[in-house]
Amino acid sequence: MMLSKGLKRKREEEQEKETLAADAWWLDPSLPAAAQAPPAAASSSLFDLSVLKLHHSLRQGEPDLRHLVLVVNTLRRIQASMAPEPTLPPVPSPPAAPCVADSLLASSDAALSASMASLLEDLSHIEGLSQAPQPLVDEGPPGRPTGGSPASLGALDLLGPATGCLLDDELEGLFEDIDTSMYDSELWAPVSEGLKPGPEDGPGKEEALELDEAELDYLLDVLVGTQALERPPGPGR
Amino acid sequence: MAGAGGGGCPAGGNDLQWCFSQVKGAVDEDVAEADIISTVEFNYSGDLLATGDKGGRVVIFQREQENKSRPHSRGEYNVYSTFQSHEPEFDYLKSLEIEEKINKIRWLPQQNAAHFLLSTNDKTIKLWKISERDKRAEGYNLKDEDGRLRDPFRITALRVPKLKPMDLMVEASPRRIFANAHTYHINSISVNSDHETYLSADDLRINLWHLEITDRSFNIVDIKPVNMEELTEVITAAEFHPHQCNVFVYSSSKGTVRLCDMRSSALCDRHSKFFEEPEDPSSRSFFSEIISSISDVKFSHSGRYMMTRDYLSVKVWDLNMESRPVETHQVHEYLRSKLCSLYENDCIFDKFECCWSGSDSAIMTGSYNNFFRMFDRNTRRDVTLEASRENSKPRASLKPRKVCTGGKRKKDEISVDSLDFNKKILHTAWHPAENIIAVAATNNLYIFQDKVN
Repeated sequence: MMLSKGLKRKREEEQEKETLAADAWWLDPSLPAAAQAPPAAASSSLFDLSVLKLHHSLRQGEPDLRHLVLVVNTLRRIQASMAPEPTLPPVPSPPAAPCVADSLLASSDAALSASMASLLEDLSHIEGLSQAPQPLVDEGPPGRPTGGSPASLGALDLLGPATGCLLDDELEGLFEDIDTSMYDSELWAPVSEGLKPGPEDGPGKEEALELDEAELDYLLDVLVGTQALERPPGPGR
Repeated sequence: MAGAGGGGCPAGGNDLQWCFSQVKGAVDEDVAEADIISTVEFNYSGDLLATGDKGGRVVIFQREQENKSRPHSRGEYNVYSTFQSHEPEFDYLKSLEIEEKINKIRWLPQQNAAHFLLSTNDKTIKLWKISERDKRAEGYNLKDEDGRLRDPFRITALRVPKLKPMDLMVEASPRRIFANAHTYHINSISVNSDHETYLSADDLRINLWHLEITDRSFNIVDIKPVNMEELTEVITAAEFHPHQCNVFVYSSSKGTVRLCDMRSSALCDRHSKFFEEPEDPSSRSFFSEIISSISDVKFSHSGRYMMTRDYLSVKVWDLNMESRPVETHQVHEYLRSKLCSLYENDCIFDKFECCWSGSDSAIMTGSYNNFFRMFDRNTRRDVTLEASRENSKPRASLKPRKVCTGGKRKKDEISVDSLDFNKKILHTAWHPAENIIAVAATNNLYIFQDKVN
């Protein structure tokens, strides 16, 4: 917010007159909706404003967490209010209004959830990356010493599902030059479930595979054969 | 010291009469962002008054000794020390600037001739020592008066250096730097009554420090969810109990306060007491949560009560009753119908502080248009006053202000629509023993005193 002087605004007065209707509606739920400005219109302008605020907040280098959380919670309230409620008595309202609300919800909900989720995920990734190393502490003192467990480095977990984090695309490129033909072999696929990637599995945690002797022999042949192929031509090797 | 006592003078039923005393800061219309005052705090004796600003500077004012020839002026505050506490920093990992703005200053109780205070920005807390030097040694053997080293072989006689008086010099030096313990923005620091430890709180965590130890702190509250998508609440303020060194409170953006006892468990994620007033269903709106967000929490000096400030009101709680406050004071109820506009221009997110008078009989908090409000808990009277240059004649009494909410505006009233929302009084402080208050209005610091009868 800029600190400009002399903001005794006429513009704000007009806006207040507009929004007063919206405010009044909120303060007086006993009045029938038909007698007031259509709820969907009032909510939708507030909804748009809130989405704008959310995006503005997300664009900050380091968002003000309190501001962000309050805007998100308000947005959720507005969204919830815009969802058609089956318990309300039928009110003769113009058919356009509920459609507007629905389409707003439909189009924005997924996008909003995704952007909120990815943003909040990003925040936690950023925290993980920037966690400063803390020295160890004595036993016995109250509370948890800081710097114990490392933050969840989901961004760097190769086996994890795509979380929309910043590094995902680059990770693909990093490993492009590695020959993964060994891993692409059909031999591996049907046998084990333990190989199925999941976020909890570290790279070294696969369960033991059930291979019989014949398959093992075949596997070894393949390995030896591949190595032979890859052996660079040269003297004395 | 004259006039120490409650916020309302009982003799003759007179209310306290506040008078202008001093104003500090530039008169310019164009306010430099760096000069905006961001925190104000008296020390334990009230002789020192510290301010921090957005530019990372700390200015300390000292109260002059009473002048017998001018009995009406009860000790003015003059600049004692100015120093740069925090500089802007750059976090290379996140590629972000860390603001140098001073969020909070807290004084340590005085234990020797020097004064100590903690000042914090978003990430780093510093312990500063402010000491006086009014003597200097003259007659060194190894260097001459200019400071140049003397050739030791030329020295034929030894002399004892003598201490000579010099102009008073006040030096501020950083004694401890407590860094790298906060991922989120620090909003509070609070010195413990044991005088050895203090807490620092950011949006999601509270850490406990020992004043002597900078390379580690203990995390005593952590409300960060495993999945950040589930984040719905942040910590907004925290404070130690003034007498019980194991007790502290922290407030949240959802309008709740949790009291924690460090004896019950090392990790205080589970509270001992939970203070929340149930929402009034008749005033429910989209903005209910935002306006319930607590911006400040302060224990009374007695330790029996605590006060919370949310957007529209100040509430006094009895620590023994969690279900609802014992007092609720409306600060600017006329803004309730303007919440949508205030949401739009972000004013609804402004964080106002509050403070107790020395005897806990009165409380004070700021508002817009450079207004501030005082509530006398005994007489149940409240008053709206203004910090402005127009009312700044020496010892001029402050005239109560009134906001007109509708209908015909009386003379001297100001209508809600004419309020200047850029002139916010977010930071105020009350002298620990006397009726002297400091009010920060953007880049100016106003000092008011009660009228000496």
